[in-house]
Amino acid sequence: MKRVNVLGAALSFAALVVAPALAATQLTGAGSSFVNPFFSKAFYEYSAAHTDVTVNYQPIGSGGGIQQFTQRTVDFGASDVPMNADEIKRLPASAVQVPIALGGVAVTYNLPSFIKGGLKLTRETLADIYLGKIAKWNDPRLTKINPGAELPDAPIIVVHRSDGSGTTYIFTDFLSHVSGEWKSKVGTGKSVEWPAPSAVGGKGNDGVAGAVRQTSGSIGYVELAYVHENKMTQAQLQNAAGRFGFCTGGGVAAAAATKLNLTPTDFSIVDTKGETAWPIAGYTWVFMYREYQKPEEKSRAKMVRDVLEWTATSGQRIAGTLDYVPLPESVQEIAKKSFSEIKV
Amino acid sequence: MTTTRSQLPFGRRPLTAHMRWRYGWSAVGVIGSGFCAGLAASLLLLILGYVAIQGVTALNPAFLTHVPRPVGVSGAGVANGIVGTFIVVGIAVALATPVGVFTGIYLALFGRGRFAETVRFLADVLSGIPSIAIGLFAYTLFVQPFHHFSALSASLAFAILMLPLIIRTAEESIARVPTRVREGALALGISTYSSTIHIIVPAARAGIITGLLLAIARVTGETAPLLFTAFGSQFWELNPTNPMAVLALQVFTYAISPYEDWHRQAWAGAFLLIVAVLILNVSARLVLRNRFEA
Amino acid sequence: MQSESHEQLHLRRSRISDRWFMAGVYGATGLFVAIVAGLFVELYAGSSSSIRAFGFNFLTSSHWNPVTNQFGALPMIYGTVVSSLIAIVLAGFVGVFGAAYLVEFAPRAVARPLAFLIELLAAVPSVIFGLWGLFILAPVLRANVEPFLQAKFGFLPIFQGFIFGSSLFTAGIVLAIMIVPTVSAITRDVIAAVAREHREASMALGATRWETMARVILPGATTGIFGACVLALGRALGETIATTMVIGNKPAIAASLFQPAYTLASVIANEFTEATSDLYVSALIELGLLLFVVSLAVNGIARVLTWTVLRPAKAR
Repeated sequence: MKRVNVLGAALSFAALVVAPALAATQLTGAGSSFVNPFFSKAFYEYSAAHTDVTVNYQPIGSGGGIQQFTQRTVDFGASDVPMNADEIKRLPASAVQVPIALGGVAVTYNLPSFIKGGLKLTRETLADIYLGKIAKWNDPRLTKINPGAELPDAPIIVVHRSDGSGTTYIFTDFLSHVSGEWKSKVGTGKSVEWPAPSAVGGKGNDGVAGAVRQTSGSIGYVELAYVHENKMTQAQLQNAAGRFGFCTGGGVAAAAATKLNLTPTDFSIVDTKGETAWPIAGYTWVFMYREYQKPEEKSRAKMVRDVLEWTATSGQRIAGTLDYVPLPESVQEIAKKSFSEIKV
Repeated sequence: MTTTRSQLPFGRRPLTAHMRWRYGWSAVGVIGSGFCAGLAASLLLLILGYVAIQGVTALNPAFLTHVPRPVGVSGAGVANGIVGTFIVVGIAVALATPVGVFTGIYLALFGRGRFAETVRFLADVLSGIPSIAIGLFAYTLFVQPFHHFSALSASLAFAILMLPLIIRTAEESIARVPTRVREGALALGISTYSSTIHIIVPAARAGIITGLLLAIARVTGETAPLLFTAFGSQFWELNPTNPMAVLALQVFTYAISPYEDWHRQAWAGAFLLIVAVLILNVSARLVLRNRFEA
Repeated sequence: MQSESHEQLHLRRSRISDRWFMAGVYGATGLFVAIVAGLFVELYAGSSSSIRAFGFNFLTSSHWNPVTNQFGALPMIYGTVVSSLIAIVLAGFVGVFGAAYLVEFAPRAVARPLAFLIELLAAVPSVIFGLWGLFILAPVLRANVEPFLQAKFGFLPIFQGFIFGSSLFTAGIVLAIMIVPTVSAITRDVIAAVAREHREASMALGATRWETMARVILPGATTGIFGACVLALGRALGETIATTMVIGNKPAIAASLFQPAYTLASVIANEFTEATSDLYVSALIELGLLLFVVSLAVNGIARVLTWTVLRPAKAR
């Protein structure tokens, strides 16, 4: 009698554990690690409201996302930079790319003496620092913009991301926009050849932040969320309108608002016009195929599209809680329109 | 005044200056090597201590029994990663041990000449291949053709990673089994299979287990191959042909994020990993000791 | 027909089980060789477009530019070799002597826990080593150790130059800590296996404990210790995540150990998941192939050393 009870308990426990998983369809997505925290919260909330769907998203990197999407090992991919012509050519079928998240890149630094209001940099000086043309902190161009600040006679240690990342892409895109020399010498990319002789690469935001925090006289760039969460010292950057400011959600939103005709081929929102616009910002994109023919693929694809559409619209209210910037209304409309192009 | 022989302790002669010099050097050697051992051990304590301090606030019963939650949501855990690690490493051990030990048997007992030397060489070369390249190999073999990530492919990658250690330690320990044991086995007139598996390999068991435990410890902390094989998951998964969460991968993902909450979980997860391997080592050694003393 | 006698049955069964057994032994060895060969083939096939595009220049160029698709691996080869060398020298020293102490000199109560602790180091995930190295070790090295070395030994070019924190030196030390368990655990087994008669004979001749260790036990264990070091060196060569967090990731060759550098495995770890152009991916896979070749070369040199230096010594 006792054995049957134990067996019954074990079976029902197993059923309880396994049943929800059996009932729900698990969708898979891969790509950008930048957007992972936002996705994890968004998909969690979506699954709470729609118990038949769970999403397994893994941050294997934007390039990994594109690779896996091309190989059709995942249901959707996510990337900080939309697929370019070469990558699209390699796809087995035509794909739709949709903006889904928005973020900014902040400039952080470490100097021995405290500067009231934070170090001020113009766009050109930032570019020249990363080019290696401004090698010391007490360079006249820096002291001119920061009167009264104690800038030491020490070399500027330029810290950058060593791992390929969308953050680097956005940052180099910005530098290419503001400096013709950067554009011709280095260019834009998720990984570039950094020209400054005193350049050091850190892996991930942690690596850059750690290097900056421990090396006196260093400067680096990190995601907005990282700067906020870890309370790092930000530099003020001058935007195209001439105003100095810190990287904030409002500044990024203002930059996004200037580009209303966002497309996967015309997506740069760095160095935009706008009084309060922050010059270094960018979108993250998701992609699905345009057509799904097999019936089992169709039902899955419909679920994927619904999740992603929710994330791009209603789910954006979560963005602010995690230091992401919600998509502007106009971009949400673009997203909805792009999702409607998917035939399921 | 010289001491007479009857006054000295039995067998001892007076220490010359040269003897004192030699004993001095001996003391230096012993203390120096003790310092080395202590240094290595205290490094672990340092690192473990740092990991524990960073992650202790995230360690609670929920952490061990719940699945991951988004940033800031309480009650998050790494239970699926713990289970996943057992499954992935378990299958890897099942795959690697027979291949590794049998190759070790070949090298120690049956191998001759160029081929054996090449196999040994290849085992050493394999240990130098970065784990990410091996993960890619497993991906091309097991993930790409099926368009499906799976824990099995991760086990395959892990098994390949474990092979060099298992093969070389198995070979070394079997080769060091005293000749009298080998000759005794031969003298029994039993089949080669029997003498090897039932007599020689058990005699070499200690060394083989050392290699196995070292390989398991190493592989439990590996992340790179998992990115393209096990893929990871936020949910319970017991089916090895599906993507599965693995603790080392969870630690990595949390560690590189910007959030304090996830950072602490990364440290706590790392602490769990090390403790798990500790328990495995302790129990393996206990089993070994019991069987020898039985 | 006469039924088999008991002995004949036993012999037949032995022959059959032996056949299966030998099939298993040769099969396992063959499978292992097939895996390594398959790995090499896959690496070679994946890097074919890069090999075709760059040829030998890949090994001599110092430019790593994903934007213009110009790739050269020379600084990475330098960084890999130097950081692994530092690691194996440090770990070999600490590991071998530490193992000697644990087996020969330490009291039982001390030896077991210490040995445990050292072996557990192998279980620490590499990302944790990286983070610990970045946040705890690098600042200590940067503030205390490296300035001290520069002050005392600054005439040596390897200790000159600006002190960054993340450098070849830091990476070498982190790698050394990671491979100490391998050296130590295997060396312990090897030392313990040296025949008791040798030890006792040495003691009987009046040698001190250290003399016994240095002149009898260690020489007897040399090939085993060498094997342990080679395995550990392999691990150091292929380590990806921990190195990349503390080495500074700068593709440049400098004489000073305090300068940031780059290793083959680090580049792969950093850029593989983001690389999308065919040539880029192919160049990264070629780095993996290079590592295979470096590992081959290092092991080849180690073998030659064993044959020319150690074996004759043993025969003596």
